[in-house]
Amino acid sequence: MVYTAFLTLFSHWRRHPGQLLALVAGLALATALWSGVQAINTEARTSYAEAAARLGQDQLDRLSRADGRPVPLADYVALRRAGYLVSPVITGEIRQGDARLRILGIDPLTAPPEAGAPALDGGDIDLASFFAPPGVVLMTEDTARSLPSGLPPILFRDGVPPNAAITDIGTAARLLDQPDPSYLLVARHQPSGLPPLAEATDLRLVSPGTDNDVSRLTDSFHLNLTAFGLLAFAVGLFIVHAAIGLAFEQRRATVRTLRALGMPLRGVLIAFGVELAGLALFSGALGLILGYAIAAALMPGVAGTLRGLYGAEIPGTLSFDPVWALAALGMTMAGATLAGAQALRRTARMPILAPANPRAWAQASARGMRVQALAAAILLITGAGLALFGGSLLTGFATLAALLLGAALILPAALGLILRLASGVARGAMAEWIFADTRQQLPGLSLALMALLLALAANIGVSTMVGSFRGTFIGWLDQRLAPELYVTTTDSEQAARLLTYLAPRTDVILPIVSVETTLAGRPGEVFGQRDHATYRDSWPLLQALPDAWDVLATGNAVLINEQLARFADLSLGDPLQIADGVTLPIAGVYSDYGNPAAQAIVTLDRFAVTFPDIGATRFALRLPAADAPDLARALREEFGLSEDAVINQAQIKRFSLDVFEQTFRVTGALNILTLGVAGFALLTSLLTLANLRLPQLAPVWALGLTRARLARLELMRSLILAALTFALALPFGLALAWVLLAIVNVEAFGWRLPMTIFPLDWLRLFALALVAAALAALSPALRLARVPATTLLKVFAHER
Amino acid sequence: MAMLLQIDGLTKAYGPVAVLQGVSLSLDRGQTLALTGESGSGKSTLMHLAAALDAPDAGSIRIDGMETGGLDDAGRARLRRDQIGLVFQQFNLIPSLTVAQNIAFQARLTGRHDAGQCAMLAERLGIAALVRRYPEELSGGQQQRVAIARALANRPALILADEPTGNLDEATGDAVLDLLLDLVRDTGAALMMVTHSTRLAARLDRRLHLSRGLLSPVPQGA
Repeated sequence: MVYTAFLTLFSHWRRHPGQLLALVAGLALATALWSGVQAINTEARTSYAEAAARLGQDQLDRLSRADGRPVPLADYVALRRAGYLVSPVITGEIRQGDARLRILGIDPLTAPPEAGAPALDGGDIDLASFFAPPGVVLMTEDTARSLPSGLPPILFRDGVPPNAAITDIGTAARLLDQPDPSYLLVARHQPSGLPPLAEATDLRLVSPGTDNDVSRLTDSFHLNLTAFGLLAFAVGLFIVHAAIGLAFEQRRATVRTLRALGMPLRGVLIAFGVELAGLALFSGALGLILGYAIAAALMPGVAGTLRGLYGAEIPGTLSFDPVWALAALGMTMAGATLAGAQALRRTARMPILAPANPRAWAQASARGMRVQALAAAILLITGAGLALFGGSLLTGFATLAALLLGAALILPAALGLILRLASGVARGAMAEWIFADTRQQLPGLSLALMALLLALAANIGVSTMVGSFRGTFIGWLDQRLAPELYVTTTDSEQAARLLTYLAPRTDVILPIVSVETTLAGRPGEVFGQRDHATYRDSWPLLQALPDAWDVLATGNAVLINEQLARFADLSLGDPLQIADGVTLPIAGVYSDYGNPAAQAIVTLDRFAVTFPDIGATRFALRLPAADAPDLARALREEFGLSEDAVINQAQIKRFSLDVFEQTFRVTGALNILTLGVAGFALLTSLLTLANLRLPQLAPVWALGLTRARLARLELMRSLILAALTFALALPFGLALAWVLLAIVNVEAFGWRLPMTIFPLDWLRLFALALVAAALAALSPALRLARVPATTLLKVFAHER
Repeated sequence: MAMLLQIDGLTKAYGPVAVLQGVSLSLDRGQTLALTGESGSGKSTLMHLAAALDAPDAGSIRIDGMETGGLDDAGRARLRRDQIGLVFQQFNLIPSLTVAQNIAFQARLTGRHDAGQCAMLAERLGIAALVRRYPEELSGGQQQRVAIARALANRPALILADEPTGNLDEATGDAVLDLLLDLVRDTGAALMMVTHSTRLAARLDRRLHLSRGLLSPVPQGA
C-alpha cells in the first residue's frame, strides 16, 4: 500500500522535472559547500595534529632560551651529565626561490619514546647511513615534488608532516648551518632524586600547548570557513524548503484523493518520508562529489594562507575521509528533514476534505510573516545585546548568527511594508498593479529573497571588513616599515664588522634588539628601539601621551602593542613589568597587525640595562631608497649573508600583501559561490511560481497588455525585489562588518580595525545582484513572452 | 456606416476537432446578442476570437471596420484595451488590487479614467461600500458586479460577456443581468453574451445558437 502511495506521489516529479532539478540542485549545492569547507578543515586539523605529534609538542615539555636563540650545546651536555632525560632538536627552514623545506633534526638515541620519531620505526632504514654523512632525510612523496637543492639522499615515509623532512640532528646541523640545538625535548618521566628541571637550568621550560600551538592560532581561520560553509548550507536549504513546500502543496489534491480512497495518513507520510530520504541521499552523494571538487580546488589557496599567515604547514592536496563523507550525508539528511518538516506537518494536519488550493501554501506563508517579523525583532535585539554586553569570540559569532538570521526573517515583512507604501504613492494603473502584485508574490519568493539577502549581507560585510583591513594594513605597513633595508647578522662579531662597513654608506643605522619574555602573564617580546625620527614620525600609535616619544626617550616608559593593551586591559599610564624588578608606565599603544603575541618597546639604553646579555644582531638601515638594492647586493657579497638576511622594505611589503591577499582569497571564492547559490534559489522560485502566475496574469493580458510587456514587467519585478533586498542587505552587511571588525577580530586577534566604507564596491555588488535577479527572471519571462494564447485562454475556460 | 462587429466565415480547429466551421454574424452599436449552445459547442472560442484573444484559422473579424486578423500582438492588445469590455464567468479580477483599483484599471490604461463614472458604476451595481476590499473578500455575485463595472468603466464600444451569470444563483444572476443591460443601454455599447440559459437569452435583442460549429438564428419567443 505504501509502495502504491509512493509511486503515485513520486509520479509528480515526472511531470515537474524542473522542480525535481531545483530540489536536487539545492540539496547538492548546500551539501557541496558545507562538505567542501569541512573537508578543508578536517584535512588541515589532521595535519596540525600530525605535525604536533611528530614534534612531540602535543605532549612533551621543551627547554629553550628566552631570547629564542639556539640552546648552547654545553647546556645540553650539562643537563645530560646531571642525569636529566632531554633530547636535542634542531629545526629550521631551507628556502630556495619558491622551494621551502622545514628541517627537523632529531637524535634518535636520546629522543623520548613519547616524541615518536616514528619515521625510524619502519625497519628498512640503514641506521648507519642515517647517522653518518651525508645522512638521509625522510619525507612524504608529496613533499619531495618541490625541493631545495643540496639535500642528502631521500627516503619516503608516510606520516612526516607536509613540507617537512626528518633527519639526524647532525645532518640538520649541517644543512641549516646551526651547530646548537633549537630546543631540548624533555622526557615526561625523569629519573627520581633529581631536583626540578626549572631549578637546574636557566633555560625556559615551555609546556605543550603554550607555544607554537598552530591549531589554536588557526582556529579563527577555520571558524571563519565553517561560518561561511554553514551560511552557504543555509542558503541551499532555502532552495530545498521552497521546492519541497511547493511540491507538497501541488500534491494536496493527490493526497486528498489517496486518503479518500482508503490510504491511511501514516502510509502517506511514510511514502513522503521515503521519497525525501531517497532524494536527500541521491543529492547528498552528488553534493559530496561536488564538495570534494570544490575543496580540492580551494586547498592550495588555503594551504598558502595558513603557511603565510600562521606558518602552519598543511598539504595542498586532499585525501578522502569516509567519516567526512558520512558526516556530510548526515548533514544533508538533517537539512532535508528540516526543510521538509513543515510540509510533512501540514500534510499530517490536513483534513481529507481540505480544498486543494495551490495558493494555500503562499497564503499560509503570508500569515506567518508577522510571526517571522516578531522572531526577527527578538533575534536582532538579542544580537544587539550580545554585541554590547558579550565579551568573547563565541558571543561575537552568536551576534553574527543573530544578526544574519534576524535580517533574513525580517525581510518579507519589510519588503511588504515598502511595497505597500510604494503602491500608495504610485501613479498610474500599471505602477499600482506592479507594486500590489509584487506584494502578493512575496510569500512565494520570500525564501529565495532571504537567501539573496544573506548572500548580499555576507558579501558586503566581509568585503567591508577585508577592505578596511587592507587599507589599514597597507597604511600600517608603510608606517612600520619605514627603513629601506633590514639586515640580520649571525653573531655579534659579524654585527660589529657590519656596522663599520655600513657607517659611511647609510644615513642612519637603527639596531633592533628583542627578547622573549612574559608580559602581563602571557608570552611576549620586549624590543629595544633607538630614539629616532623614523619612529617618532611614522610609528603607528593608536593612543599616546602628548609627549610619549620624549617620555620614552628618557628610558622611563614603555610602548605596548594593541593586543597586549586589550588582553591585559592596560591603558596609558598603567605600569607594566618588562623584567624582574623593572616596571615602567605605558606611554603609548601602537597597532601591530598580524602578530598574535604581546609586545613592548623601550629605548635601546633601557633595553641594554635590563637585558645586558642581548646584543644587537638585526639592524634597520635608512638610506636613499634608490641605493637600497645595490647596498643589499654588496652586503650579501661582502659578508656572505643569505637572501633572507638582507631584506628590502619593498620585499617585506610585497610578501605581507601577498599573504594578506591569499588569506582572503578563499573567503572571496566562498562569497561568490554563496551569491551564485542565492541567484539559483531565486531562479528556482521564479520557475516554480511561473505556472501559478498564469491565472493572475491572464486577466491583465485580456484587458489589453501584450505578453511581451507582461514579460518585461515580470523582469522588472525581479529587479525591484533584488534592488529592495539589496537596500535592506546594505545596513545589515555594514552591521556585520562592524561585528567582525569591532568584536570578532578583537576577541580572536586582539586588534581593532577602523571601519572604512566602499560605496563603489556596493555599486558593483548592486549591479551584480541586479544581474543575478535579471538572469534568474529571464527564463520565466521569456516563457511568459512566448506562452501561447491558448494556454492563457485555458485560464478563463478551466480556472479552478 | 460599418457594423461595430462583423464576423465572416470564421473557422477554428484545435487539432483534429473543428470547433467553428464558417461562422458569420454582425452586431451594431446599441444592440444586444445572446449566444447559446451546448457545452463544447465553441461559444467561448467564438468569444475569444471576437475579443482578439486568439486568432482564427480562416475568416475575418472586423471591429469598427478594423480587420483584427492583420493586427500583431501589440495591435490586438491595443484593440482589446481601447474598444472591448470583457466579462468572464470566473470574474478574473486582479487579486492584488482593491475593488476600486480593479474597476478603474482598464480605464486608466487607456487614459479614459473618470472617477465620477467609476463611482456611479459602483453605486449602481451596489458595490460602493466594498471599494476598499480585495476580490477574495467578496462573494461571487459581488465579484461579478465588479467585473461588469470594470468592463463598463472604460466606456467600450463592444462588451463581450462569457456566461457572466453562470456562477451565480438565479436571483443574483437576474439582478446582475438587469444592471448589465441597463448600463449597456445607457452607454450605447453593443453586447454579445454567451449563456446557457434560454430564459436570460430571451431578454436580449437577438439570439444565435451555436451547434457543431455552425450558427443558426433562434426566433424571438422560442
